[in-house]
Amino acid sequence: MPTPQPPQMSQPKSQGIHASFDRAMQAQRRVWRLVKDVAAKWAVTVGGMFSIVAIFLIFIYLFQVVLPLFKPAAMEQAGNYSVPAPSAGKTLYVALEEQREVGCRITDAGHVVFFKTSDGSVVKDVELPIPSDARVTAFASALDKTAAVALGLSNGKALVIRHTYNSIYSEKGNTIVPEVKFPFGEALVELSASGAPIEAMAFQFHEDKALFVIKTADRPLFLVSLSQKTSFLGDTTELETESAELPEGNMAAHFMLIAPDMKTLYLADTEGGLLRFDVSEPTRPVLQEKTQITGPGVQLVGLSFLGGGFSLVAADSQGRITQWFPVRRGDTRVLKPIREFGPYKAVSTLLLPEFNRRGFATLRNDGIFSIHYATSHRTLLERQMDVKPPLAAAFAPRNNGILMATEDRIYFWRVENHHPEVSWSSLWGKVWYEYYDEPAYTWQSSSAVDDFEPKFSLVPVTFGTFKAAFYAMLFAVPLAILGAMYTANFMSYSMMAVVKPAIEIMGAMPTVILGFLAGIWFAPFAEMHIPGIFCFLVMVVPAMFLASWLWARLPEAWRRRVPEGWEALLLLPVVVLTAIFAFQLGEFIENIWMHGDCRHWLSHELGIGFDQRNALIVGVAMGFAVIPPIFTITEDAIYGVPKHLIQGSLALGATPWQTMMRVVLPTASPAIFSAVMMGLGRAIGETMIVLMATGNTPVMDFSIFQGLRTLSANIAVEMPEAEVGSTHFRVLFLSGLTLFALTFLFNTLAEMVRHRLRRKYSSI
Amino acid sequence: MKTHSSKYTISDWYKSGSPWIWLSAGAISVCLCMLLGLLFWVTFNGLAYFWPADVVNVAYTPSNGQEVRLLGEVYSRETVPASRLKDMGIHVPEGMERVERWVLKVGNRDAFGRDFQPVEVMFLKEIQRPKEAVVLERREWGNAYGVVTALKEKGQVIATGEDAWKQLAARLKRANELENQRMQIEKKDIGAINYKLERLRLEHRGLELKGEKDPAKYEAIERRKEALNKEYDALRQKLVELAALNQDSLVLKLANGQEREIPLQKVIRCYRPNEMSGMAKAWFYVTKLWEFLSADPREANSEGGVFPCIFGTVVMVLIMSILATPLGIITAVYLKEYAKQGFLTRFIRIAVNNLAGVPSIVYGVFGLGFFVYSLGGNIDRIFYPEALPQPTFGSPGLLWASITLALLTMPVVIVSTEEGLSRIPRAIREGSLALGATKAETLWRIVLPIASPAMMTGLILAVARAAGEVAPLMLVGVVKLAPALPLDGNFPFLHLERKFMHLGFHIYDVGFQSPNIEAARPLVYASALLLIILVIALNMTAIAVRNRLRHKYKALEG
Repeated sequence: MPTPQPPQMSQPKSQGIHASFDRAMQAQRRVWRLVKDVAAKWAVTVGGMFSIVAIFLIFIYLFQVVLPLFKPAAMEQAGNYSVPAPSAGKTLYVALEEQREVGCRITDAGHVVFFKTSDGSVVKDVELPIPSDARVTAFASALDKTAAVALGLSNGKALVIRHTYNSIYSEKGNTIVPEVKFPFGEALVELSASGAPIEAMAFQFHEDKALFVIKTADRPLFLVSLSQKTSFLGDTTELETESAELPEGNMAAHFMLIAPDMKTLYLADTEGGLLRFDVSEPTRPVLQEKTQITGPGVQLVGLSFLGGGFSLVAADSQGRITQWFPVRRGDTRVLKPIREFGPYKAVSTLLLPEFNRRGFATLRNDGIFSIHYATSHRTLLERQMDVKPPLAAAFAPRNNGILMATEDRIYFWRVENHHPEVSWSSLWGKVWYEYYDEPAYTWQSSSAVDDFEPKFSLVPVTFGTFKAAFYAMLFAVPLAILGAMYTANFMSYSMMAVVKPAIEIMGAMPTVILGFLAGIWFAPFAEMHIPGIFCFLVMVVPAMFLASWLWARLPEAWRRRVPEGWEALLLLPVVVLTAIFAFQLGEFIENIWMHGDCRHWLSHELGIGFDQRNALIVGVAMGFAVIPPIFTITEDAIYGVPKHLIQGSLALGATPWQTMMRVVLPTASPAIFSAVMMGLGRAIGETMIVLMATGNTPVMDFSIFQGLRTLSANIAVEMPEAEVGSTHFRVLFLSGLTLFALTFLFNTLAEMVRHRLRRKYSSI
Repeated sequence: MKTHSSKYTISDWYKSGSPWIWLSAGAISVCLCMLLGLLFWVTFNGLAYFWPADVVNVAYTPSNGQEVRLLGEVYSRETVPASRLKDMGIHVPEGMERVERWVLKVGNRDAFGRDFQPVEVMFLKEIQRPKEAVVLERREWGNAYGVVTALKEKGQVIATGEDAWKQLAARLKRANELENQRMQIEKKDIGAINYKLERLRLEHRGLELKGEKDPAKYEAIERRKEALNKEYDALRQKLVELAALNQDSLVLKLANGQEREIPLQKVIRCYRPNEMSGMAKAWFYVTKLWEFLSADPREANSEGGVFPCIFGTVVMVLIMSILATPLGIITAVYLKEYAKQGFLTRFIRIAVNNLAGVPSIVYGVFGLGFFVYSLGGNIDRIFYPEALPQPTFGSPGLLWASITLALLTMPVVIVSTEEGLSRIPRAIREGSLALGATKAETLWRIVLPIASPAMMTGLILAVARAAGEVAPLMLVGVVKLAPALPLDGNFPFLHLERKFMHLGFHIYDVGFQSPNIEAARPLVYASALLLIILVIALNMTAIAVRNRLRHKYKALEG
């Protein structure tokens, strides 16, 4: 190598000799060199800092994306004004539209008043076509986004309306134009044939169908279904009413709730007695369950559906709020308490469900307003509110606003509550989801339907990660460490020159190729040869012992031909022959004991489920990928054990193997530990192999024959579809952060152990 | 090994420790077996893909059906447990535990609905290799197998039987030339016009957004648009003319006697594998190999070549190297030469070391969130408002993929360079300083040149890692089929915002997501072989450079 020559450098130093040389130029040059030196220093420092910061940015950024998941909800008052159009009557119902700009209030005088949420100015006041001789005596609203309400009148009739909003875009921005629609026409619908006033009602609406439960003075509770039939030509419509009395219709029902699918009806009295009906055939309601949802002597003060209409939340007079839903027990479904909030000191007077989600707000007697989320069992917000008991309240359709109406004032709050469905306990604990019969760890993120709750439990995927890593380590650690021991201490130098690059090549093998081979070739192969694989595992060690014994028995002249340290090469054919023999034997065993089909035998006789792409495949494929890092570090450490220790041991008469086990290994053991940690870090973060070699099913089963899904594969599969900023998106970031933290932990541990070891070696 | 007397007992053998040494040697053997087995398997399957397989004609009588004649390649041979066949409703004679089964590639997906037909060997009769059996490689519907019975021009029969086969080669050559012209016009010329039209549309929209009132500017755009449209019409006319010229077709008689007419413009090549000599097969092999390396993929990536994947991989790796190398080297120099050596530098060093072990998918997540959505989204808002809501840089693309991988591979470069720097003996540095050189001069003229092989090693390892990495790319810019290469003749030539294809992702996608996995598998093996060769070559280079380096330092120290 040519030694670098710095020709110009000698010049400035030779001032004394060539004193007459242009001094000014030299001085200038020296300054220039200094400037360059300082500039280089700064450039390097800035550049170095930049990339270090860039690297650490990863951690900060991931953290910043994840953080909003655990933030509590926030709420800010954006309107507080006296009731708009006070002459229109007392408020029965309020609602907000999607943009939160226009609110609506329906009054007992039959007015629908639309107003600006910001200042309460009236946008539109619609008087409903209610005859002058009738009064509004009952009121009910449908759940969720249909925005339909029914007004029951003193003449036994009812009016169904919907409040809808259109956005009109123009130069000045968009304006929202509210409108009242009459899905069954402006004419009243006759519900009570006798004309007796409707005292209370429940109502649900969907497309062109409505279902009512009516309470009048002269009859037990009865059910009315209303459907609109369009004639063949589509020009005339006809209303069809069907009616039926409810069993146990004489109960003092204080709460009446019809589920949005119009198949289930709940009736409850103030003592907590609750009836569940199947009303999927409105002419033939069936009582399915009669139960008690409060303790003895405890009053039921509030009952409401949660979004989706499957769960109920019940508030009792002891300040408890309980979520209930029907759970399969045997052949029937039974209403079960799922989770409880409280008990709080005060009773909840208001239970306000969110749209589509399983959250709800409560206002307690002592003026504390809170927002809860059922599934994650989180209380997101609690604050004192100086509001008189409200007549009506509503969430905005996107759950980002609350409108509340008291006798004389309207209050409007903006709410920031983006990720209530995630909590530490819902991510890492068992959660009892709707439609589930018991609490479970579930990952199920696709939310194709509105009333489906996404299930974000990281437990199954974390479990899968560790399961895959476990089997990979089980495969890799013995091979890598034994191999490293041999390579460092017993192998001849010429073979080492081949083996070490070979292992490096093994480590450089793109994981996508390992995954591809594992999934496409090895998985079907293993499926056909399960007994063969296990035969090989059992036989390979004895085969090596046998080879060693036979070799020792060979005449010395033969043995001399192969120099020491080439045993690994001699064993290559042994391994191959053992494999061939094992697979033959496996086939034989399969034919004799397993009726020729091991897979069938496993699932039918032993009841072990079998996936083609299972933990065995991942273990081998990922084991292949983690052998090289473990091998390299271990080999390095063993090779680095000071030679005088080994020589001392050998001189004292220990065999090479005794020296290895008693002297070398204990000295190098911290490094071996760190190698295993590094390998574990790699196995945990590996993506392509697990993506391709497992079925990616997030199941929790430790069986070697079952598939799994890991954190990394989960990210790779779902990230491209996750909506930016959604809970799903952030939970995936959280899995990324978890992976980052896990591998960082393992690697740092390994690195620190290694540093300490290096210092120890240098002191020996 | 010790010499020993003839009385060598098991106990001696055991005490000598040699069984354990052999066991540990066995671990290495198993690793080597796996590595060699893997390399052999991929090489064998990858290379076999291009070899023209013989076509067999068999009479197959399934246990519960009529005899059918099948013509095709023997795609794979396997033995399956008899019980599995019984479950499938296939009658197997008693006493047979395992049944040999072939999978025949019968092709003609348009006629039979599927490419493959599993057959039990015991139900086969008359296995022949007819000389006149022809394989047609088609642009659509996969291969066709049969016998050419006639050649037609514009629907008129011009030759039949053996005569048709003889004339076919020349006709097919002409048809292929015309088809190539057509594709050239359609893809390149019309593609360029479409690109320009899109630019004009964006320009127009940009003017609107700026509130430009001057109608002259709009008119200028309109005029250019019209000119382009005229060009487009001319090209369309040419296409119609080409189509009129290309109207030859052949009639193929399938194994079941059915006759199908296949236009020659849909055929890429035709050959009679059973008739070919060794030399002809070798030549065929080379042309197929060349097609694989140079052509675009066909049929949802399951046939044709992988050129766009190679190209995409190379371009991405190049951009990544340009980004990662200087930054990595500067960081290493900073850490080693300028930073105060203390707790903080030690911490940073450990952290950088660790970052090399952070899962690549985490980088992908970061790249998607930070680069694509945050940075890219803002760039779009500021610089490309006219294209919105269509994202320009706000969606995964080449630039973001390269930067993400640069971040991923930077620790490799840093670690390697630092190691190189720390191996330089102090004496050399001090010698330079003693001669009056400044620190920067010492660095630039002495230290960096000596450490340059270490940097090369780092760069090569980084490139090898980047070339094989797939997981982060799936999030930040790789697609299964990119409509255009990231580098083309349209200004500004290098399109950093475009999505691209990548060899590693191609393997994953075709091997696992493709609708016809069975048919695509050989191609995936070939791609895998290509990737392995690339990565191994890079790693071998790195190892060689490093070994030379070590020798050199030994000389320096001594």
